[in-house]
Amino acid sequence: MKRRDFLAASVAALFSDSLLAQSSGYRRLLVLVELEGGNDGLNTVVPYADDVYHRLRPRIGIRADDVLRLDARTGLHPALKPLLPLWEARELAIVQGVGYPNPNLSHFRSIEIWDTASRSDQYLPEGWLARAFAAHPVPPQFAAGGVAVGGADIGPLAGGGTRTIALTDPEVFLRQARLANPVGKGRNNALDHILRVEAGIVEAAARLGAGVRFQTEFPRGPFGSAVRVAAQLAANPSGVAAIRLSLGGFDTHQNQPNIHQRLLGELAAGLAALKSALMEAKRWDSTLVMTYAEFGRRPQENNSNGTDHGTASAHFVAGGRVKGGLYGEAPRLAELEGGNLRHAVDFRSLYATALERWWGFSAAKALNGRFEPLDLLRA
Amino acid sequence: MLKAFLALGVAASVFAGAANSQGMGPEDARHLLNRTGFDAQLREIDEFAKLSRREGVERLLAGVRTEARTPLPAWAKEWTDPRDIRRMSQDERQAFVRLQIERGLELKAWWLSEMLGTPSPFTERMTLFWHNHFTSSLQKVRSPPLMLRQNVLLRKHALGNFGELLHAVSKDPAMLVYLDSATNRRGQPNENFARELMELFTLGEGRYGEQDIKEAARAFTGWSIDLDNGEFLFRPRQHDDGVKTVLGRTVRNGTEVLDLLLAQPATAEYLSARLWREFVSPQPQPEELKRVAAAWRSSGYDVRAAMRALLLTPAFWAPENRAALIKSPTDLVVGTLRQLGIAVNDPLPFAFLLAHLGQNLFAPPNVKGWPGGEAWINSTTLLARKQFVERLLRADETRMVMNKNIDSLKPGARRLVQAMADLQFSGRDWLAPFEGREKMLPLVLLAAAPAGSPAGSGVDFLRALVADPVYQLK
Repeated sequence: MKRRDFLAASVAALFSDSLLAQSSGYRRLLVLVELEGGNDGLNTVVPYADDVYHRLRPRIGIRADDVLRLDARTGLHPALKPLLPLWEARELAIVQGVGYPNPNLSHFRSIEIWDTASRSDQYLPEGWLARAFAAHPVPPQFAAGGVAVGGADIGPLAGGGTRTIALTDPEVFLRQARLANPVGKGRNNALDHILRVEAGIVEAAARLGAGVRFQTEFPRGPFGSAVRVAAQLAANPSGVAAIRLSLGGFDTHQNQPNIHQRLLGELAAGLAALKSALMEAKRWDSTLVMTYAEFGRRPQENNSNGTDHGTASAHFVAGGRVKGGLYGEAPRLAELEGGNLRHAVDFRSLYATALERWWGFSAAKALNGRFEPLDLLRA
Repeated sequence: MLKAFLALGVAASVFAGAANSQGMGPEDARHLLNRTGFDAQLREIDEFAKLSRREGVERLLAGVRTEARTPLPAWAKEWTDPRDIRRMSQDERQAFVRLQIERGLELKAWWLSEMLGTPSPFTERMTLFWHNHFTSSLQKVRSPPLMLRQNVLLRKHALGNFGELLHAVSKDPAMLVYLDSATNRRGQPNENFARELMELFTLGEGRYGEQDIKEAARAFTGWSIDLDNGEFLFRPRQHDDGVKTVLGRTVRNGTEVLDLLLAQPATAEYLSARLWREFVSPQPQPEELKRVAAAWRSSGYDVRAAMRALLLTPAFWAPENRAALIKSPTDLVVGTLRQLGIAVNDPLPFAFLLAHLGQNLFAPPNVKGWPGGEAWINSTTLLARKQFVERLLRADETRMVMNKNIDSLKPGARRLVQAMADLQFSGRDWLAPFEGREKMLPLVLLAAAPAGSPAGSGVDFLRALVADPVYQLK
């Protein structure tokens, strides 16, 4: 073995899973929030001092006077006011310019790329969390590996033999679980899948106790309910490793201002309630919240008071151990490519941050390659 | 030697002949009926069992309808000019929105009635297939009459000609709204329709470039809606009549784009693969798929020709493809209600149930439609499916419980509870035709041998069969 290879191998061993896993692991919870339809990053985290921004969006742009200013050139959409306390507590990281090379502008394909952490030209059958759990199994005493709350699909948790649960209300889930009937052996993929779900129900039901009550008031509506369920799961002692929430309706081709304002308001109120509930449950320091979406939207507003599909966008990372602040790169609106933003941060770097810095194992298997994690967590 | 060979030949042909005259048998009959419909009644199985596979397929094709049997809701032809909506007072507008919501529910109930009562479930399965192909959603279109008209259109062409369907759908008002064609104007193209047209409706992903979408979008500029009556309207002044190049060919307008897409072999292949996954198995076999696509194209896109070819592929009948597909929520709900012969006066609760199970009729999640397959089943939906079936089988018991507290409910909720309470199922009556033919019971209810070992007799056995994981398969 050459000396350099030997060194590389030693360094690799030093940072091997077992060593890192001791320091953290799945007792730390990951909460993913999908902004379905492609959130308009530019009207979420607004480059309010950039003249080009206002030129591109004469009708739907957020006026400099209206933004919640974070610094001399970046501000938040006013509907995000409930997030300001997190920002001020330096527990909110804002990553700008998240995307990937050769972006695909189709909803389905692009969310598939995000969910499976694939390259733009690569088709992978499993979600990135499913692959992570397959490579680094969640402890058997956990109620489930991942839980998708609400929503019909399970996104990054799809595929593989992992223990995934989808539910809307834990109490209803427990009442119904007696109907599960995991009998017999699989014969084809369809039956295999059904038997896996039947078995997952029985296991999860055995471990999820009664719901926890919070002082926190959760916002009304489906997203508020989903946040409550996430908080209950987080507070449950048997543990889950990841929770996926989703908020839909961000595909704002038409009449964006009203719709977007409402959605961002729901998002911010939900995340603020999540923090409050997790503080009560003493889990805020062991929870990492991350938003994601298939893409951002086109910088130039369209003719219908809305925006068409775009590329790079801004995302939020929040939690008790997050080092608040701005990360990534402010949008370079003067250097668009085909009318869209170039990305500055690969989305898989966000995933690598969760896998390596949060859970403490190598991200290589889940991400099919090496992506530099972001330095946005406190030790 | 020669004699032996001849004898063998004779024996083989006698056997083939016998199979023909004796028909496909009950297992194949059950498979054909369930895969193309929602259920298979004992008498239908007996009838189809006597036919050959080809005769069975022809019988299904001959029974196809082009119109629903259920009378259209009274408001089917109504149209409200959006300019009038804008002029409404706040109260008027609220009332208007409430009315639309109510009609949206009526619309779903109307389709469910048709599915539950139709003598040609195959027609409804195909209509649903097209609804999931040429998706539009009430959530965006917001007009129940337009969504109803689209459904009527899909049924009319469900087993007609795909080319005609594609042209008609492209001018369908609900589609024009759903994919923003109405705002696609010269100089300010909206690419939404052009993109989905290629990605989802015809070629399939990866068989065109971004530039093709941009150019096609220009070709469709001016395809709009007449605000006076809600019909398709071509607006020449909004049309970009410059030169456009799509897939290397020069086109002048949207009609030419559609014809160009129909001429691509990729279109027939992509469509055939979608039909394959709906009716045969999750994984199309490339060779057989090519044959289906070729038969379809050479017929000039006759959907019957495609379905005939598809249902007569060996793969459709192969043992390994039985019980290889997961029932959609509609398959499960409509299928169970039909199979158990439960009379439904008010289907509305089942529209809500379908939404809860992940298939909100007239409101697919996005333009790609319901992903289907394994995505139908997660812990929430599986438990809800089981609860539904269990409740039906206990319809007599739950009836009493519900009637007790029905008066305390709000009118809307009362209607739902009432509708559920009106359901009746007598296990003993339902089982009567199986007397002396008990072996047919698992065959009727399950697409393959059960995964567990359902046991018991009478209604208990019936319950055990539908609780088996295989009941979720078709």
